[in-house]
Amino acid sequence: MTATEARPEAAGREPILKVTDLTKYFPIKGRGLIRRTVGQVKAVDGVSLELHPGEILGLVGESGCGKSTTGRAIMHLQPATSGSVVFQGRELTGLSRGKMRPLRRDIQIVFQDPYASLNPRLPVFDIVAEPLIIHKLAKGEELRSRVRALLELVGLNPEHANRFPSEFSGGQRQRIGIARALALEPKVLVLDEPVSALDVSIQAGVINLLEDLRDRLGLAYLFIAHDLSVVRHISDRIAVMYLGWIIEIATTDDLFDKPSHPYTQALLSAIPIPDPRRERERKRIILTGDVPSPANPPSGCRFRTRCQKFANVLSESQQTKCIDEEPALEDRGTGHPAACHYAEAIRVL
Amino acid sequence: MSTMTKPAHHMDKPSAEAILEVDNLEVHFPTEDGIVRAVRGVSYRLHPGEVLGIVGESGSGKSVTSLAIMGLLPKSARITGSVKFRGRELLEMGDKDLSRIRGKGVSMIFQDPMTSLDPVYKVGYQIAETVRQHDKNVSGKAATARAVDLLELVGIPNAKDRVTSYPHEFSGGMRQRVVIAIAMANQPDIIIADEPTTALDVTVQAQILEVLGTAMEETGAATVLITHDLGVVAGVADRMLVMYAGRVVESGPVDGVYYEPRMPYTLGLLGSLPRLDQTEKQKLTPIKGSPPSMVNPPPGCPFGPRCPLHIARCDEAEPPLTEVEAGHWAACIRNEKLEGDVQATEIFDADSTDLTDPVVADALPGTDAATVATGEDRP
Repeated sequence: MTATEARPEAAGREPILKVTDLTKYFPIKGRGLIRRTVGQVKAVDGVSLELHPGEILGLVGESGCGKSTTGRAIMHLQPATSGSVVFQGRELTGLSRGKMRPLRRDIQIVFQDPYASLNPRLPVFDIVAEPLIIHKLAKGEELRSRVRALLELVGLNPEHANRFPSEFSGGQRQRIGIARALALEPKVLVLDEPVSALDVSIQAGVINLLEDLRDRLGLAYLFIAHDLSVVRHISDRIAVMYLGWIIEIATTDDLFDKPSHPYTQALLSAIPIPDPRRERERKRIILTGDVPSPANPPSGCRFRTRCQKFANVLSESQQTKCIDEEPALEDRGTGHPAACHYAEAIRVL
Repeated sequence: MSTMTKPAHHMDKPSAEAILEVDNLEVHFPTEDGIVRAVRGVSYRLHPGEVLGIVGESGSGKSVTSLAIMGLLPKSARITGSVKFRGRELLEMGDKDLSRIRGKGVSMIFQDPMTSLDPVYKVGYQIAETVRQHDKNVSGKAATARAVDLLELVGIPNAKDRVTSYPHEFSGGMRQRVVIAIAMANQPDIIIADEPTTALDVTVQAQILEVLGTAMEETGAATVLITHDLGVVAGVADRMLVMYAGRVVESGPVDGVYYEPRMPYTLGLLGSLPRLDQTEKQKLTPIKGSPPSMVNPPPGCPFGPRCPLHIARCDEAEPPLTEVEAGHWAACIRNEKLEGDVQATEIFDADSTDLTDPVVADALPGTDAATVATGEDRP
């Protein structure tokens, strides 16, 4: 069973969330008394994506590529600089806090660090009940039974509801965060690195839980992560980000079978596989250098400064195109969109 | 990982003289809550030119083991057992003698290059300092020249100019290259790399592993690679140890441990990893519960409470490491259940609930390397 076959209906339907040309710039302030803005960090620079009901879209990239900022800008936790986020036909950017609040019932977030995202002074019951109280959805006996049901749903023992977060392990805390996010019965969950703070044996339980919840509740996830193994396991489609851009987007199988952007290819080849024989035989594509500063990204294609293809394969006139022209995210005959002038599908795994 | 592949002959030389012999190493930390038994009877041998991987989850004692070997634990730590480097006992050595061995005989690469370099000295100076520390006859000029060579070797572009840079002018990956340059500066016999790529992005990790391979080739040093990432160990190591609750619970050649693990914990760990190369979608098999408290470890097998093969006899005594195949050891009295090609899904349950009682290791004083080494967090 492949991920795409699992949800054939997802592709045809209207997207539940449609993001178009989203940008988020952070000002760089000068050192002087007036602290004028002297530049901008282009954390997210023109991201477009669609999320369909019941779908899991993985958003991957290395640190600083803008994946978390994208999630936060979609959630309106950090207002976007420009662009549009349409959720079920309603534009979210520019909404006031008050107007946004009822919409938050449908779109919730789970944060990376289960130690920082739960109030240490509240017992678990209060943490999970808080959204229900704020939105005036339940009280009294009903509230108690809903919180119990939520804790059971995420695989925690409801009898532990009066304990504090410090009494729980990392994996259990992340489950509490998920229960809180599910309290309002959202349609979309933004999961910002939900398992990367956890040890592998614990991480697997949370991944299985997220899969079960998607199947049982028909949720759609925007699954933000840096670990491509985890993303492959859980996602239906995957978008790869680099320096504020999506550089390739495809169904999970397509991305792993036919990676077309040189960055995706390097990323896939860099990840170690826990299999000694395969690992010894693998050839790595080793990128040179580090990610350039998003305050001053390279002209044309942003990846060209580290691109193995640019450095070793392309002719001088081809290189000029990389330097002068921003490659659009479009299908260049590889079956899915990739933002490379010379996109070409190769097998890496 | 072509550059990291070492000739296979290292594996079949158990008879060769070991350069590092760790015997029954125990590390205890007295705390308000009682004695944290971070390392409980670890023994291993390291042979010349060999790469030994040590894997385990946080709190398993893998970092504390190597800090104890290097004599880098805080004074409050109680260390017993024996660590012999080329036949000399390190645990009884004074700091002055140890300093001669650190960086020259045994050098170490730490996880976080931000904290292992001194921010107020130029990187060239820090490398040159290491060179001159062990050979006072080297002139300042010669040491700086050596620093430039080393920086070139670890792949720093324009090494001649960058030798006068400060660590903050470098990215994380570049800093880790500098740390590796320092580690190989004196042609050590052993390099201990403690999570050398954990703080780095995956494309940078690939670069650093390649550099580490270069360092191993250049120096011919035997290497101990400590990591939580089973992928990293797979391609690099000849032999490996799996640690759990302060003990070695499985050891052997990497192929044996990966393809035919004989300790349920190892099997569970492999089964809970999503695979980059999986084409069929398989359910992951999480391990229920959390590692035991290191203050009052329960009697019997420390993995017992989380183990699907657990029987009453497991609680009677801590199972010793027994040889299940030539060179392959496992600490499980029911290890024969895992003989042959047993899949994690046959033993572990893919159910996603976690109903374990929330009384947990996290609340205990950190047994993590960072907290132990700095002595924070402890009274």
